[in-house]
Amino acid sequence: MRGDSDQEEGSSGCEGMKVTEDVAGRLAEAIGARRVVAAAEELATYAVGGLVPNAIVRPASPEETAEVVRFALAEKLGVLPLGSRSKCELGVPPARHDIAMDMTGLRGIAHFDAGDLTLSVDAGMPLRELEIYLKEKGQFLPLAVPCFESATMGGTIASGIDSALRMQYGSARDFLIGAEFVDGTGQMCKSGGRVVKNVTGYDLHKLLIGSLGTLGVITRVNFRTFPLPATFGGHLAGFAHRQKALEYRNAVDKAGLPLANLEVLSPEAAKMIHAILQKSEEAFPLELEREEWWVYSSFEGNEEVVRRIGCELAKIARETDTVDSRILGTTEDESLGGMLRECFEWLRWASPATVICRLALPEVKAEILSQLSRLAESVGLRAALLVRAAGIVYFAVFAESEDEAAMEPLAKIIAGTNALARKENGHGTVLHAPLAIKRHPTAMTMSEKDSALQLRVKRAFDPSGVFAMGRVVGGV
Amino acid sequence: MICEMKSLLGVKNVLDKEEDLLLYEFDGSVEKGRPNLVVFPHATAEVSQIVKLAARYQVPVVGRGAGTGLSGGALARGGGVMIVFARMNKILEIDVENRRAVVQPGVVNLDITRAVEHAGLYFAPDPSSAKSCTIGGNVAENAGGPHTLAYGVTTNHIAALELVLPDGEIVRVGSKHGDAAGYDLCGLFVGSEGTLALVTEITVKLARKPEAVKTLLAIFETIEDASQAVVEITASGITPAACEMLDGWTLRVVEDYIHAGYPRDSGAVLLLEVEGLKEAVEGQATAIEAVCGKCHAREVRRAKDDRERDLLWKGRKNAFGALGRIAPSNYVLDGVIPRSKLPQALQRIKEIGKKYGFNVGNIFHAGDGNLHPIVLYDPRDAGQFEKAIAASAEIIRACVQMGGALTGEHGVGMEKNELMGLLFSEADFALMRRVHDAFNPDSSLNPGKVFPLSKGCGEIRIRKKEAAGVKV
Repeated sequence: MRGDSDQEEGSSGCEGMKVTEDVAGRLAEAIGARRVVAAAEELATYAVGGLVPNAIVRPASPEETAEVVRFALAEKLGVLPLGSRSKCELGVPPARHDIAMDMTGLRGIAHFDAGDLTLSVDAGMPLRELEIYLKEKGQFLPLAVPCFESATMGGTIASGIDSALRMQYGSARDFLIGAEFVDGTGQMCKSGGRVVKNVTGYDLHKLLIGSLGTLGVITRVNFRTFPLPATFGGHLAGFAHRQKALEYRNAVDKAGLPLANLEVLSPEAAKMIHAILQKSEEAFPLELEREEWWVYSSFEGNEEVVRRIGCELAKIARETDTVDSRILGTTEDESLGGMLRECFEWLRWASPATVICRLALPEVKAEILSQLSRLAESVGLRAALLVRAAGIVYFAVFAESEDEAAMEPLAKIIAGTNALARKENGHGTVLHAPLAIKRHPTAMTMSEKDSALQLRVKRAFDPSGVFAMGRVVGGV
Repeated sequence: MICEMKSLLGVKNVLDKEEDLLLYEFDGSVEKGRPNLVVFPHATAEVSQIVKLAARYQVPVVGRGAGTGLSGGALARGGGVMIVFARMNKILEIDVENRRAVVQPGVVNLDITRAVEHAGLYFAPDPSSAKSCTIGGNVAENAGGPHTLAYGVTTNHIAALELVLPDGEIVRVGSKHGDAAGYDLCGLFVGSEGTLALVTEITVKLARKPEAVKTLLAIFETIEDASQAVVEITASGITPAACEMLDGWTLRVVEDYIHAGYPRDSGAVLLLEVEGLKEAVEGQATAIEAVCGKCHAREVRRAKDDRERDLLWKGRKNAFGALGRIAPSNYVLDGVIPRSKLPQALQRIKEIGKKYGFNVGNIFHAGDGNLHPIVLYDPRDAGQFEKAIAASAEIIRACVQMGGALTGEHGVGMEKNELMGLLFSEADFALMRRVHDAFNPDSSLNPGKVFPLSKGCGEIRIRKKEAAGVKV
């Protein structure tokens, strides 16, 4: 039942584990046949890291979820929790993939206290559905993450992927107030609660953010919600050179304006957005096709606030020699904002073999961006850059083929990017890369000492290693 | 061991006389626990050596900042060595451009703000004890404060930590910028109440001072109206930077002492603050005034200048001192409830106070549902103390029944650990226990805290040999 291409790799990860024949059959006996899928064509769609699972199980409750984990423990099988599978290729590929635990069957709103601005939802709840529900109550959750149309709440938390609203609202760790999950002993556990301020017990739910399913199966997540702003605004400024774009970005940051997003796009990134939006019928900023470095700001508040921020941005842009600067229309702003939310998605599928490196830097300097561009040029590959909030840079490099020959330059890109990040007192991680180089030593940026600390947490949550080992950076 | 400790740190940095140790028996809570030895390291390497030495003698270790904690977190419940971080009090680095500061754990909370305010920056978490509590203690307890309503608690403002593990190993977690790769270990250690590691260096995030601030005092005839106003402010989507409540009885005690300008004849007041761009602040202040008016506020005053603002806050921040004037002791609770349940919660607290015969004052962070009922009692009367504890437990139970939690910012410590079972199951304890053991396997660090001792499986084993070890 395993995928052909990675059969050897998959098997090597199972060392010491019992090879089971009819996993799906026995799982059906234990949980009930209607929760289990074993059809080959469907199994293939649940492949992660080239590994096809032996069975898919769709629990309908936390109790059933726990039962599946206990079954896997008894049978010495691995479990990989999955949501809509939009971002399951993040991180290092799993070492084994026996049971795909599809959590999309748990999709209720367990609790919503509109007056308290707190929310408790099942892991399989789609973000889009929740957005609609909250919008009716005048509230929202500031998780503007890629694959928004399909992503589930549990998957979003487990993926730890950046939100485009981070500048204003912080990341999930700032508003996830509790979680329920099944741990590696097959027990239903919880952490935190449903109140906005709480220091009762360890903050274990924070560990689930970005855990890629390695610590537990998330069954429910609790959040504080936020009131929907009255008005939104967007501003776009173009610059002839990266130096000027960053100068403007830094001046805006220094002005202390409360922005929801502040993002710099390289000319390549802007043109890619232009090419995609051109196919849609919605209005979008047409100027993105010009060979310029673009800085996009979004902001919100009452009308006066939005007006003032727009004016100040225009003024700062003029002072830093902008070539183009204007307030965006509502639809244009939504189109561009949506593209930036989705950047991980369109970047990774822009070529047959894409590498996306994520750098976290104390200070984003023009020289660093130049060095990254030169790095791509040195191996003769196209690249795009996005400077995001909180010193985060997405550096995407596109290879035109999946051949083995293309892998060496991509591995060089990863090594060079990580080295550059370290030199600048920051750090780099690989968000996306072809499978062949994901396990490459240069993709691992964590020191042995750090990995050892991470491993202590992994073993506490999952003493038997039932949740696929090897997924988090550092081999945890 | 004492001799070795003295040769390691110098005699000036070790206390072992009974009269000296007595001073470290208390913190801000009603609990007690005397260490056998108090030591004052100056550097991380010394902390590591202290921990290794204590481990060799199998003596427990507890860290302590300024001892202002309210849950017994910094008390030596099992005796042993107390590491006081008061002399590790240097600000190591201030990075104005990137809004970060690297500080030692003994730096006083407010001193961080003082060191960076010239650049228009400040450290947002502001516990009432900000003038004396240390950042190390804030990190251990994940401390809050009035302004955490808009800006978040300590954990939201910590970027990275240097830690000493119970075996003396020095490790770093988190990342000065961006997120660290892998699990959010920084998020785990902040608020772990000194039970996983000792914090020896902290990288804090600095916030920008808002352009405009408006402070309002809303005056109500009844506490019911005041709490309804909080419910409606929250539900209407206004996010004040702070929203504090003082009930009538408490505000009179405070007014007699501080003269902050709270009207003595009112049933309750709300101290509210809105911050941000001036265009946003004006609108929010007006909206708050409208909601309070709808909830029958007698009057909503706006502070005219900084002096008036400071005075209003002085009343709030010194309230606990004021209460000390009318009763020998008080027991401050820290329960949290969903904000929509505020009126019911205050009613329930009143009933419980009445049942046990106590005056229960309320001065608390209404905006985030963090109650601070204050039970006044006389500790010399053993019966009264027991009754105060029983009343408090009943209040906490009521909070949990309403969907709340045991503690919003003070920590579990040795004060609420026996109540943990109200929220957590055996499976929850088992996991927390495994996480605890992953870092502190012998419970040598801050034993007897957080986990209920009465529960066999969730128990932190207090070493039996600790006293003997110290005498060696």
